Amino acid sequence: MVATKTVTVDIHHLTRVEGHGNIVVDVQNGELTQCELQIVETPRFFEAMLRGRPYEESSHITSRICGICAVGHATTSLRATEKALGIEPTEQTVLLRKLNFYGEILDSHILHAYLLVAPDLLGVGSVIPLAKSAPEVVLRALRMKKLAGDLCAAICGRHTHPIAMTVGGFTHFPTIEQLYELRERLERARPDVDATVELFQTLELPQFERDTEYIALRKSDEYSFIDGEIASTDGGTWAIEQYREITNEYLVPHSSAKHTANQRQSYMVGALARFNVNHDRLHPKAQAAADALGLKPVCTNPYMNTVAQVVEIVHSVEHAIELIDTLLEGGVAWEAPAPPSRLSGEGAGACEVPRGTLFHNYVIEDGLVVGANCIIPTGQNLANIEADMRALVPQILDRPREAIALALEMLVRAYDPCISCSTHLLDVTFI
Amino acid sequence: MAKPRVAFFEFTSCEGCQLTVVDSLQDHPELLDVVDIVQFREAISERDDNYQIAFIEGSCSRPSDEAKLQAIREQAGLVVALGACAHLGGVNAIRNRQPLDDVRQYVYGDKADWYETYPARPISAVIKVDAVIPGCPIDRKEFVRAVTHLLQGRAPYIPDNPVCIECKLKGNVCVYQRGMTCLGPITLGGCDAICPTYGEGCDGCRGLISNPNLASLKNVLAERGLTEADIEARMTLFLTYQKMEMEAAHGGD
Repeated sequence: MVATKTVTVDIHHLTRVEGHGNIVVDVQNGELTQCELQIVETPRFFEAMLRGRPYEESSHITSRICGICAVGHATTSLRATEKALGIEPTEQTVLLRKLNFYGEILDSHILHAYLLVAPDLLGVGSVIPLAKSAPEVVLRALRMKKLAGDLCAAICGRHTHPIAMTVGGFTHFPTIEQLYELRERLERARPDVDATVELFQTLELPQFERDTEYIALRKSDEYSFIDGEIASTDGGTWAIEQYREITNEYLVPHSSAKHTANQRQSYMVGALARFNVNHDRLHPKAQAAADALGLKPVCTNPYMNTVAQVVEIVHSVEHAIELIDTLLEGGVAWEAPAPPSRLSGEGAGACEVPRGTLFHNYVIEDGLVVGANCIIPTGQNLANIEADMRALVPQILDRPREAIALALEMLVRAYDPCISCSTHLLDVTFI
Repeated sequence: MAKPRVAFFEFTSCEGCQLTVVDSLQDHPELLDVVDIVQFREAISERDDNYQIAFIEGSCSRPSDEAKLQAIREQAGLVVALGACAHLGGVNAIRNRQPLDDVRQYVYGDKADWYETYPARPISAVIKVDAVIPGCPIDRKEFVRAVTHLLQGRAPYIPDNPVCIECKLKGNVCVYQRGMTCLGPITLGGCDAICPTYGEGCDGCRGLISNPNLASLKNVLAERGLTEADIEARMTLFLTYQKMEMEAAHGGD
């Protein structure tokens, strides 16, 4: 019966994801004739907007690409500008940026795992019925999310959109009292973190395996979120400046976000890719959480991306506490931003933002941006999501249409797509 | 009394204002008890087109947005613009200063025709807007206050005073005295002067007060060494659409 089955799935404006996407699957007489994640978000043209703007504005403009990963865009933007203009941030700046980054990783992962994904696994339509059926789960999520937001607020004013982050450093600094308070709250959050791991131990994720290439930034001494080398599970490392060699962007008519491909037809970025590339750099407690959750490298089940996010929640809380200790040891100085050594140049920055590797690349002339390119994690994942969909549909064709649709929605949601981010990618023709 | 039925929509935006709405639940989970959220695509799967209050984030930036905005207007008794993109056009309008074909080609090359777009506008350029919650992003406390006002059956109160008033009340050292520049004197307050508090001058994300002294501010900026081009950049981060409208009305300043 399956061999001759005809099914069409047309999910218009997928919910519980950031931005606008449609899933379209057409199976005629058992044969998959169409399988697309259509990106129907309005084009946004950020790279064009940056042209002619003073370099100091870049991080403030590009943080507006995304409300969820605003700190990630700002950090990546600052790194690109700093490399272009020969600016070396101080050790304190590096520490504060890392700590701030953990606030965003926590905020975004908690939002995704608890408020967007968990309703599927607990059999409800959204967080609103979940607040009635399992209030302790929702209150825990909101409590942890508030801590993550307060961490960013202490360092950069607010998570969406950061204020005090500037080229070469910061324009405002947390007080020692704030750092002590954050440290204490992070320690008190450990039972919530443990409960998060326990919750996801009990939830059953769909079984589906498809081997692909996993790409993430890697560093020799830590689980990298800011800077590093581009590394692949298929082997090979690249300097950040060589990012175009791995992204190889191309356009498809059904998506206003560009697709990418490296050594295979597609690759994956994000928490699962980071885990697969950098599991040996995780905090011991996060490694223990991965063991408890049955997450082993190289994991090829894309639904496990959410579980990898839970592991990164553990890592982020523990490493944030360690970073605060380091800051408290040295004290926090009100230091002026490191100055530029030139006003013209080109630079590429990269960070592991919640959804994967983000690249910003700027050309600056006499203090004005003249060329810009941003390559967004979700854009890099689109071809891989469609490859997963093509592999998954034949395996679940015996199920009712609604079950097929739900499995596909959950698959796309597992990638935590950030669609409004991804729809302004460009081929740069640098002047 | 039945709870008001509320829907959230987004057009060209980062969805950060809706995220701020979700964040406001961290301190005010009781909001869920006083309204029925019947549509909020970013956060929930349930969907019902029977709503009374529509919160709209984002700018109108393509022809097909217009029919969607009009459909929301027909259904909703009350339309609230949520944040700078919906209220002002915001950063989306920066590209309006460049030729549209050039912008499209720069990003999508010879495939530019595949993707529908036109200059970005605030939603009030397309439909009647009953209330505005300004800012990029919106202020969490102001959102909660605005919802309270709406539940009381009145328009949200947004103070018509410049950012400077709140900045002085906070006891901040003026950013001009710290060698920087700021649009606080002409920008609508209500944000608790958050940017000057964190060491950055105001960029005008909440829009202009009702009687801004633009000429005077330009003089002040020029005295601080800003060139015409610097001033233009400063005034067009969030206010490009307003500036272009003013120029069209007055034939330049």
